Amino acid sequence: MKISSPKTRAYQAACMILIVILALLFIFPLYWILTGAFKTAADIYDPDPSWIPKEWTLDNFGKLFSRRPVPLFDIFGVTGPTVPGAVRWLINTVFMAVMSMLLTCLTAAMAGYALAKKRFVGRGIIFSLIVCAMALPKQVILIPLLREMGALNLWDTPWAVIFPTVGWPFGVFLMKQFSESIPGEILEATRIDGASELKTFATVVMPMIKPGIGALAIFTFINCWNDYFMQLVMLASTEQHTISLGIATMQSETSIDLGLLMSGASVAAVPIIIVFLIFQKYFTQGITMGAVKG
Amino acid sequence: MAKQSASMSRALQRRENTAGYLFMLPSLLFFVGFVVIPMILCIFTSLTDANMNSSGHFVGLNNFIRLWSDKTFREALVNTLVIVVVSVPAVCAFSLWVSSAIYKMNGKLLSAFRCIFYLPVVTGSVAVTVVWKWMYDNYNGIFNYILKGTGLIEKNINWLGDPRFALWCIILILFTTSVGQPIVLYVSALGNVDQTLVEAAQVDGATNFQVFWKVKWAQMLPTTLYILVITTINSFQCFALIQLLTSGGSGTNTVMYHIYFTAFKLTEQAGHFGYANAMGVVLALFIGALSALQFKLAKEK
Repeated sequence: MKISSPKTRAYQAACMILIVILALLFIFPLYWILTGAFKTAADIYDPDPSWIPKEWTLDNFGKLFSRRPVPLFDIFGVTGPTVPGAVRWLINTVFMAVMSMLLTCLTAAMAGYALAKKRFVGRGIIFSLIVCAMALPKQVILIPLLREMGALNLWDTPWAVIFPTVGWPFGVFLMKQFSESIPGEILEATRIDGASELKTFATVVMPMIKPGIGALAIFTFINCWNDYFMQLVMLASTEQHTISLGIATMQSETSIDLGLLMSGASVAAVPIIIVFLIFQKYFTQGITMGAVKG
Repeated sequence: MAKQSASMSRALQRRENTAGYLFMLPSLLFFVGFVVIPMILCIFTSLTDANMNSSGHFVGLNNFIRLWSDKTFREALVNTLVIVVVSVPAVCAFSLWVSSAIYKMNGKLLSAFRCIFYLPVVTGSVAVTVVWKWMYDNYNGIFNYILKGTGLIEKNINWLGDPRFALWCIILILFTTSVGQPIVLYVSALGNVDQTLVEAAQVDGATNFQVFWKVKWAQMLPTTLYILVITTINSFQCFALIQLLTSGGSGTNTVMYHIYFTAFKLTEQAGHFGYANAMGVVLALFIGALSALQFKLAKEK
């Protein structure tokens, strides 16, 4: 290894300073959301912005959680007690993200394993189709998808968002990458021991691709939470809104109440950021694995 | 592999088929039902004059011919291409630079930086958009405050309402929400560069600059290609920013927003699904062609 010259060291120091400044700029919008949520109206509309709230208030959250009463749930015609819209929106968002995550992980783990380890006829064609579909813009199919959901009577229900998310082939691709590393001898040995295919999958394959499933789970959860366009097209009524969609609707109706919008934005962003920070190790792994030979 | 399957007994092959397809079945149901069928429907509908109420009649390539002379669509296409041409190289260069500066740091610091540059992605497009809208605001936005305070501008600028600035403002937001994933990828690619090659080059007297371009860059080409493709797709699909910030006004209409507008908002001819789908097909062709081009260029190198 060469010892770096003073010139390179000076360059590296300059780079470092620049990157720290840039990092602060990248955090700033989030900081502005979080502090804005606690600012008073007078503070927010002051042409001289205050970097930290002059006076901390919970009024914006009070407003957010007092508007648009909707039933807490509506399952087979049984409606729950009336709650503010934002509560229902959060429940909807969590429901969609969790359901998409579970269904995606299960179906993709099975399919990825089959594509990597089963030599079935037509495997090549299916895999090419999956790779091609991944390169196509997802949003282009939203209009036909909307009509399909209408025909299936699923439009304006959470399933209209969940099913297409599960169908998106990235998960299968990712799980195939992870399953490639399962040694064939182990599978062979289990087969000779007389274990059924399903048992092999559950007891041998699943434990080995656990990190992959973790990566896919967190990836799907975050993407589903933030997939605004799909929610916009598929969900219409106030009680079916997600938190993102709810805020977007509020901003088009009350574009001046910035405090309310910031409180909504923090309620939408903070949970998902916490989830991301907890599972970021898996997340990074998933992004990287998805790109290998992509 | 051919040898392997030839030596496989017929019974075994049948067993592999059954098991393979049974494992594929749940996933295929969703994939075919909610991805493949809509794709086919998209192409099919683009050849009809379908609208919200009827499935329409076959009109051949009329929708595409109409697109060719549709001024709004052409504007939207030009704007979209500007976004792609500006943001893709910028995202690539920026993330490469940040990654090469941070990838040698110790684990904690590295993951802290990686997290920070990923934050705008996780925050979600709606939350990001509402705060940027405030920051760009004409009266109480932070941009006007700072620029006026430092004397760079004299009067408040209506950033999002002014056709000279609006598209660039949107490109800036798109940029901050696009660099996260490329940085993660480049950091891992730089970490995987074959160190023996780097050391060999250094022994031969290569400068740091030469080591970077001749050794590391060459090994990272597949990563770069992947980043180019995903960033291109993302930039083409820029929608939430447009819808929530300008509704396609002040010269920021993009193809994706125009598709949405034609299908759902255009009062005079609301629900022109056939026409909107034709735009979708054109957009998909553009993305496909660009991805193919990027692959070809990378292969030639």
